[in-house]
This record gives sequence, C-alpha cells and structure tokens, in this order.
Amino acid sequence: MVTGQGSAAGTASGLEEELLRLAGEVPDPELPVVSLAELGILRGLRVTGPGRVEVELTPTYTGCPALDTMATDIREVLTAHGMSEVAVRTVLSPAWSTDAISAEGRRKLAEHGVAPPRPLSGGADEAAGGPVAVELRVRCPHCGSTDTRMLSRFSSTACKALRRCDSCHEPFDHFKEL
Amino acid sequence: MTAQPQSTPAPPPSGTTSGTAPGSVSVAAPRPVRAAAPAALALGDDALVLAQRLGEWAGNAPVLEEDVALTNIALDLLGQARTLLSLVGDEDELAFGREEHEFRNVQLVERPNGDFAETIARQLFFSVHQELLFTALAAGDSALAPLAAKAVKEVAYHRDHAERWTLRLGDGTEESHRRMQDAVDGLWRYTGELFEPLDGLDVDLAGLRAPWLERVTAVLGRATLEVPQGADRTPWAAGAGRQGVHTEAFGRMLAEMQHLHRAHPGASW
Repeated sequence: MVTGQGSAAGTASGLEEELLRLAGEVPDPELPVVSLAELGILRGLRVTGPGRVEVELTPTYTGCPALDTMATDIREVLTAHGMSEVAVRTVLSPAWSTDAISAEGRRKLAEHGVAPPRPLSGGADEAAGGPVAVELRVRCPHCGSTDTRMLSRFSSTACKALRRCDSCHEPFDHFKEL
Repeated sequence: MTAQPQSTPAPPPSGTTSGTAPGSVSVAAPRPVRAAAPAALALGDDALVLAQRLGEWAGNAPVLEEDVALTNIALDLLGQARTLLSLVGDEDELAFGREEHEFRNVQLVERPNGDFAETIARQLFFSVHQELLFTALAAGDSALAPLAAKAVKEVAYHRDHAERWTLRLGDGTEESHRRMQDAVDGLWRYTGELFEPLDGLDVDLAGLRAPWLERVTAVLGRATLEVPQGADRTPWAAGAGRQGVHTEAFGRMLAEMQHLHRAHPGASW
C-alpha cells in the first residue's frame, strides 16, 4: 500500500508508486488547475492482484458531487495503464482538511483566481478553540491586496466562499478553511 | 444515485468493495454498523429531509447569494444522508422507496420553509443541535464517528450562517424582528424532540439540551429576540417523527421527492 502522503518504503511496489502517480495527476473536475494529489484527497493505493487495484479517496465535503467523476476518471487512467479491475473506495477518516492542500496546489489556485485557504493547524484560530478561521485577512488573487471582504460564505461550490476586493473591486472565490 | 426497484432494505454493507459496480463509489464501513443502524437511519432521515426542504429554495431565495448558500447547505446535508443511509442499506431504496410512516426524522426538519425567517429559525435550532451531537459522536468510536468528524466542520458553517441571519433579522427592522420572533415561537414546540433518546446512539441526547439551550438563548438574546416560554417538552409539545408520525406537509414533500423514482424505477442520469 502506498499512501498519498509519500511512499511507505519497503512495502510499496514500483507499480503501486507508478499507479499512484498516475491517479494523483487526475485533475479535479471542478477546479481542473489542481490535481487530486495536490488537493490531498488521494489517500492510498494498493495492488491487490494481477491487474487489480484499490484506490482510496476522501471527499473534500461530505456531499461533494465531483466524487463520482473523480472515481470514473481514476478508473479510466488506471485501466488505460493495464489495470483490469479498479475499485475506488471512499474513506472519511481522518477527515480531510484544507491543510492537506499542497503548497503547489495553493499556488495554482491563487494563479487561477481562487484565494487559497489559510492554514488551520497551529495558528491563532486553533489556539482560540475554533477550526473556522473566518476573520483573518484573505489576499485578493488578482491584485494582492488584503483589503477584501466576504460577500457570502457559500459560493459556486460548497468548498468556496465569495469575496470582493476593496482595492481592485473584483469579486473572487476563496477556498474556505475546513 | 442509481435507482433500484422496490424491495426490502439490503443488509448493512460488509465493508469490502468486491461487489462494487462500475461507476459507483462504495463507502467504507470498517466498524460494526448493525448496532448503530437505527440511529444512522434517524439521523440520515433528518439530513435527507432537511436537504430536500432547503433545496426548495433553489430559484426562490430572497437574494442570489442565499439561493446559493441554502442549496450548498442542502448539498452538505445530502452528503451526510447518503453516508448515513448507506450504513443501513441501499440509499436510493431508503430515500425513494419508503412510505411516510417509515421515515424516522424529527418533525422539525419536515416543517415547510415558510418565509425566510422560518427557514432561518429552523436552521438555527437544527444546526446548533447537529454541531453538538456530531462533536460528541466524533469523540466516540461508533460506526457514525467518521461521518460525524467529517460533517461537524461543515455544520459549523451552517450554524454560523443561521446565527448571522438570526442577528440581522432579529435586530433589524420592526417587520423583520416581528417575523423572526414569530418563526422562533412557532417552531419552538418542535425542538424538544431533538433530545429524545435514540436507539443505537452512544450519545446522551438529553444531556445535549442544556448546552443547546444555552447557545440558542445567547444568539436570540443578541438578536433582541425572546426565548419562547412555550412548551417544548410538555403534552403540548409536538414531535413523534422518530416513531414515524409526521405532519401533514411531510406527505406532500415526499410525493414530490419520490415522484421521479416511482414513475421511472431504475432510471439514472
């Protein structure tokens, strides 16, 4: 079994590493600028027999409608790579957090005009006892100003909030902390 | 969700994926689910029914942002419902194949949307309850713990949304204040049922009532609203949804929700 967080040396076969890399390169259906690996939602992959592979995915949100599409895309990629039976399992525990998004993923989100989530762990918000960091400044992905405000906690998808920049006046999506 | 013909509910999933059909994603159930099944059904029905109600706001909310917010919350709840009902049996069969008296949701969630204030009051009462319940469940090790740990983070946003609107409406204009107070008063009698014991749940629901009341009282106070003095647990209180007794409006809601599936069994996108 290899995990999305890096290889478990010794137990992972070269094939598993290769398949994990391929599955991880699948783009997110709703935010195609980032990959599943960059989002940190690929939890693991195991070759269970000749041509048989099992993949573990965790949803960003419990009701994420993109999950079925992700599973289909993973099946397609791994089937094209010679796997005849691809099982995709959903795992909920431990719960996904926006902290699982890689630095590269954050950079791509910002480049795409989506303000990346602020870190949750170890920050002042956690010390204050709340997992939801809503009042810290969010930087405008267009002009870089921190003079932005929330328009709505819920935006085009469940994982984003809608904000507006008071410097350049552009609205933008913010991948909200979870 | 693929549709299935009407039959008796399937046994709980075994936790393996060997039978996974192409195009579906199986939900792992690593812990024994049988003991928790009655609770999973009741909480799954709560989430499913409220999701359906909130979905009725699509295209009807006062402003576009609320249209999006309420349906996003509905989507989160639908995700909870799918996970919880899948612990019990086939999610589609359970959602679309059961009759009214077989649903185990509390009556609070089936109440019609009413005006926006009624929807917000219902959201406040339910999301504060769900946040407390899921926090407690997440700390345990039942089959419901993984879902609770996942969903509680989403519910924090639902509760925040309801709180902010309660403040704006309660401490708003004379008209919005009156309507918000009416909504709180009208739904109060449905809140006692949230704390009735539930089979298969390793959380003391009655024990959640004090913190719930404390939190709701704090929000209502800040919103310049009165905490109702009316019955929430006396013989005048409403609520036998957990026993399968539902209000008149629920039947009509179910008819709309189940119509497509019943008219076209086996249909899928």
